[in-house]
Amino acid sequence: MGFFTDTSICIGCKACEVACKEWNEVPEDGLNFTGMSFDNTQGLSADTWRHVAFIEQRKPVGQSQANMQRGFATVVDLGIGPPAAPTVPMRPSLPASADPPQAAGEGSLDGDFRWLMSSDVCKHCTDAACLDVCPTGALFRTEFGTVVVQEDVCNGCGYCVPACPYGVIAKREDDGRVFKCTLCYDRLGEGMEPACAKACPTNSIQFGELEELRERAGGRVDQLQQAGVLDARLYGHDPSDGVGGDGAFFLLLDEPEVYGLPPDPVARTRDLPRMWRHAAVAAGCLAAAVGASLVGRR
Amino acid sequence: MRNPASDWPLLRQLRGQDPLARGAAVKSRRTASLPNRAAEADEVVKSICPYCAVGCAQNVYVKDGKVVQIEGDPDSPVSRGRLCPKGSATLQLTTGDAREHQVLYRRPHSSDWEPLDLDTAMEMVAEKVIAARRETWEWESEGKRVRRSLGIASLGGATLDNEENYLIKKLWTSLGVIQVENQARVCHSSTVVGLGTSFGRGGATTFPGDLQNSDCIVIEGSNVAEAHPVAFQWVMEAKARGATVIHVDPHFSRTSALADIFVPLRTGTDIAFLGGIINYVLEHDRWFRDYVVNYTNASTIIEEDFQDTEDLDGLFSGFDPVDGHYDYESWQYEGAPVAAASGNRDRYSEVHDSGHAMRESAHGETAGSGGQSVQGEPSRDESLKHPRCVFQILKRHYSRYSPAIVAQTCGVPEEVFLQVCEKICASSDRDHTTAFVYAVGWTQHTVGSQYIRAASILQLLLGNIGRPGGGIMAMRGHASIQGSSDIPTLYDLLPGYLPMPHAHEYEGLQGYVEADSAEKGFWGNMSSYMVSLLKAYWGEAATAENEYCFDYLPRLTGAHGTYDTVMAQLAGKCKGYFLMGQNPAVGSANNRMQRTAMSHLDWLVVRDFSLIESATWWKDGPEIETGEMRTEDIATEVFFFPAAAHIEKDGTFTNTQRLLQWHHKAQEPEGDARSDLWFTFHLGRLIREKLAGSGDEMDRPILDLVWDYPTSGALSEPSAEAVLREINGSGPEGALSSYEALKDDGSTSCGCWIYCGVFADGLNQSARRTPREQQNWTGSEWGWAWPANRRVLYNRASADPDGKPWSPRKALVWWDAEQDRWTGHDTPDFQAEKPPSYMPEKDAKGPDAITGTDPFIMQGDGRGWLYAPAGLADGPMPTHYEPQDSPFENSLYAQRANPARKTYPHPNNRYHPSGDEPGADVFPFVVTTYRLTEHFTAGGMTRWTPYLAELQPEFFCEVSPELAAERKLEHGGWATIATARGVIEARVLVTDRMSPLTIGTDPPRTVHQIGMPFHWGPNGYSKGDSANELSPMSLDPNAHIQEDKAFTADIQPGRRPQGPGRQRLVEEYQRRAGVAAGTGTKP
Repeated sequence: MGFFTDTSICIGCKACEVACKEWNEVPEDGLNFTGMSFDNTQGLSADTWRHVAFIEQRKPVGQSQANMQRGFATVVDLGIGPPAAPTVPMRPSLPASADPPQAAGEGSLDGDFRWLMSSDVCKHCTDAACLDVCPTGALFRTEFGTVVVQEDVCNGCGYCVPACPYGVIAKREDDGRVFKCTLCYDRLGEGMEPACAKACPTNSIQFGELEELRERAGGRVDQLQQAGVLDARLYGHDPSDGVGGDGAFFLLLDEPEVYGLPPDPVARTRDLPRMWRHAAVAAGCLAAAVGASLVGRR
Repeated sequence: MRNPASDWPLLRQLRGQDPLARGAAVKSRRTASLPNRAAEADEVVKSICPYCAVGCAQNVYVKDGKVVQIEGDPDSPVSRGRLCPKGSATLQLTTGDAREHQVLYRRPHSSDWEPLDLDTAMEMVAEKVIAARRETWEWESEGKRVRRSLGIASLGGATLDNEENYLIKKLWTSLGVIQVENQARVCHSSTVVGLGTSFGRGGATTFPGDLQNSDCIVIEGSNVAEAHPVAFQWVMEAKARGATVIHVDPHFSRTSALADIFVPLRTGTDIAFLGGIINYVLEHDRWFRDYVVNYTNASTIIEEDFQDTEDLDGLFSGFDPVDGHYDYESWQYEGAPVAAASGNRDRYSEVHDSGHAMRESAHGETAGSGGQSVQGEPSRDESLKHPRCVFQILKRHYSRYSPAIVAQTCGVPEEVFLQVCEKICASSDRDHTTAFVYAVGWTQHTVGSQYIRAASILQLLLGNIGRPGGGIMAMRGHASIQGSSDIPTLYDLLPGYLPMPHAHEYEGLQGYVEADSAEKGFWGNMSSYMVSLLKAYWGEAATAENEYCFDYLPRLTGAHGTYDTVMAQLAGKCKGYFLMGQNPAVGSANNRMQRTAMSHLDWLVVRDFSLIESATWWKDGPEIETGEMRTEDIATEVFFFPAAAHIEKDGTFTNTQRLLQWHHKAQEPEGDARSDLWFTFHLGRLIREKLAGSGDEMDRPILDLVWDYPTSGALSEPSAEAVLREINGSGPEGALSSYEALKDDGSTSCGCWIYCGVFADGLNQSARRTPREQQNWTGSEWGWAWPANRRVLYNRASADPDGKPWSPRKALVWWDAEQDRWTGHDTPDFQAEKPPSYMPEKDAKGPDAITGTDPFIMQGDGRGWLYAPAGLADGPMPTHYEPQDSPFENSLYAQRANPARKTYPHPNNRYHPSGDEPGADVFPFVVTTYRLTEHFTAGGMTRWTPYLAELQPEFFCEVSPELAAERKLEHGGWATIATARGVIEARVLVTDRMSPLTIGTDPPRTVHQIGMPFHWGPNGYSKGDSANELSPMSLDPNAHIQEDKAFTADIQPGRRPQGPGRQRLVEEYQRRAGVAAGTGTKP
């Protein structure tokens, strides 16, 4: 089971953040005015299992959206009335002294602007490095295919923290143990969907069988592309990627880096079997060589 | 029982089920038996979210009598199980430790609270009410019988249940207290006037779920994705079906981010924008002819002496420049005088010399559910060619609202404006519908009622009212703000939009009814509604002989709205004040005036969850900080009563779509926390006990009052269901099922005629919860909507005059000739058996006088009003005026601001020089205020809630990079924002979401707008200055709503002075701008 987060319909309400904290009793983690658009959460952490990113960009507003009958977002000549007077651009060009806060992406000065919002979460990787490095068995793969920390097992060694290619898992400082999204493991067993997906007002966060979600997501991207939203793409959906595909994948409207996501995440631990094999072969060769030398001496 | 040894993970691993020990083998016993508090709950109690007016359904999980989890209810057709961050934080709101559970008392001049026993506090408050009432009692005012006390006021009700509002209004009315107000005054009172005068009812014409059927949705004056996130799902649903979403707003919000086209405009210019679209529709013949001719008053001919703003350069005929009021005589229909709720009475009262006082009061609100009386048959010209027909007048009136004028006034480029026009027109015909969505971005202006009128005119011209995917969706802000308008805790209304009587305006009940009821339409039965209400109030004591105790009602003598109460408090006339879940020290305009007024009170009672700013100003308010007030000098006694939450009581909320939804009690309130039903009922009980045996005539109404609600439980909680039954009404055979059964002979009683039917068949219809999958999109079996469970109002207009849908795609209700009745997807908003061919007899009255083709059954002429011949205090058609404080002259007329607006000159409420006046440049920027998703109104339910506070932890302002450069404002730094009312500081967000606009032509000027959320105040977990320190008390003349969506200010980098310097800075600004007592007060 997993999440498909369609950021093209996210309204940045943060219901996911709150619903998650309420259900999982995650502590409130401080009043920090960041100035990063409306993002005062800053990122996923031991005390934030859902995080909504806000990206202000100088790109046409319409392109963030999925309208099947578009053609309205940019100004076209409707052939009504006399030719318009010299136009006032919707966003005048910027004085050099201004210092726009979040000017990610290429800055076109002729008018348009868009505000991207995206709810991030633990990816529940198919090849989960955190789980691979966990020496205690605190991290485990559930019967739903998700990756969960067992609070009663975790000893706070922290190996998983640098192992995560997304920087998701983190230690709660006053507690010592690590915490992250459980994909509401305690709810799934009761046939309940995760709290964030249930609350999401626009269904931007969708929960279900990964296969079905991937199919739905593919259709959605095609739909957006056909509607002219050429930036639309999936992220984390591909089982052949560096983490074997994410259990929580996304539809993005820009490069992953824009959202603070690594462009090409790799679970370094997935090479372990191969490394072990190589090591075993090397050890075998070595043993054979030693054996041969003994035999040879005889 | 598992064997601990064989359960050892290593053994499990070796047994081969999970050889790598990354799954089942390492699953701990705790993990295998994780508790799930929802699944393990003893019961799931059905409830409704207490925040905004979307009315999302909640499942409340209860274990051992305690609430353990709150989630959305997927069965709801309103919300489909979803909740916004506020709704999702309800558990923390209600069970968190920010709530007070102890009654607190502040003695006069004391520096701190002390705990007080609940019973003692109740006794003390009851004594104080009795004493203040005696001390300030008036039998007469200026020689006219008033039977009232102006010594007590009550504010708040929109966050409370209908049943609570009902008891509050009932108790205070019986005590002669008229200054009863709630959040509706400051949020949506102009909605009632605007929609009511246009269509006959003051509620949203449709419901958010129907937006999914729209082809085009224009969101203007609303930030629906932020303020009503769960309702926004229906906008997204429409988009997914191909609809175009247009957002018109001064600032780029989360709503704009999801719109197809965002149109930034200068705040305060929406009438110019909408007028421009109206002009476009008329000029390019894009109006819906069959609809306009048959369903609107376009063909009606207006009296000869009417003069338009075209003739008088921004004024209509009848304006008196001395007293700043209009005489509506010349606005009338020719041959059929129109007495809107106020019109007829005005004439009557003018004869009796109190017309001025009448107009002073916000009487337009009585259009909330009917009220327009048209006497006789007006002259009509269905060719629409007559030069004095409404259509031609409208055309002339809007002819100067050209795209060029729109560009100069609003700052919207012509080609963008034309695209909007074209898109709306292309999405409005037999096969397509456009919906408008608005909220307080439209209502809170000195021309607020006319903003809504402008949208109403446009939607009528386009044929979009009463049809699926059409309509005007007023997004209301509080859980039951619609309810607190319907069952009003408002001074000028009785339940069901019956007007409060005016002093000596009529001699008795008959005069009142004659003056107010309509000859035609459903308002024709007004006497039945009124007599039934009097029976609900005074029961046995109300008899035909004593005119059903009509004399017991206290009388108005002018305006007694919340801002008038502030002035009465400052003048020492109002001595006691109840705040019932409202926080005026943050939420109302000009916070300083609010606090200063409260410091003049003898006593103050605050009921809330936490210690809001309105409860603690005497010890830590800004005036204490500046040294202008000293705690020890303040004699006000203050009582704080902790309030019960929605999960701790039964009752109904009425949401933004007029839908009553019952919420069930899930747990008992802790400590001294009590419901407002409990507080009001027991306060009334104590007062009645103390006055028992009084022979004083002034005490008759409270002693005769029906106040016998059954109580239960350890807390003696009154039965909300019993109150709702009283509201519904009953007759000799028990509960009534429809207001059509109400009689004026004393045989029926009904607490609110428009809610009659909520207990139809003796069942609580508001508690119905048929899952959405089992019904169509109207959700008609979920809860109960007034009137008569109709979900789309005026839906007769979804069919053509012959009763056939305008198109199969847009069918809603239609005439079924075989069954001889109206039928369809929704409950018809029409007499079910009246055929389209029906023509009334010549002298028909009441509903019988409405023809089979008149969809607006509450209107005296059955028509939608493009032109309002009566009912509005500032003109029959919306006209662009600049806000009270504006950097610009009016680009359309010599008249700058609304000439009839209401101002309150006071040293703490100074207005700015505007336009070309000297000193206007001291306040060169335009401020607009708004809400954020993460917070709620004045913050009482969110700033104390950690999960929400952390999401938006500080007060901030939003400015464009251009303004930041001009004023050296640093992103993330501090700014000081100043007006002649106050100075505040805010963190700065420099963002492209704010953009400068180019206004005017000669020469064009750049205007910068500053955006500010208004949620903060100095108390709570998340603290900050309040934006409403800056806004003026300057009101719409119809509804008396304040203009806090558009005013001028200065902004400077850095923090404001702390301590005494803060007020000195205000005074310095006043000096620099030459602000004087008369500034900005000229009509």
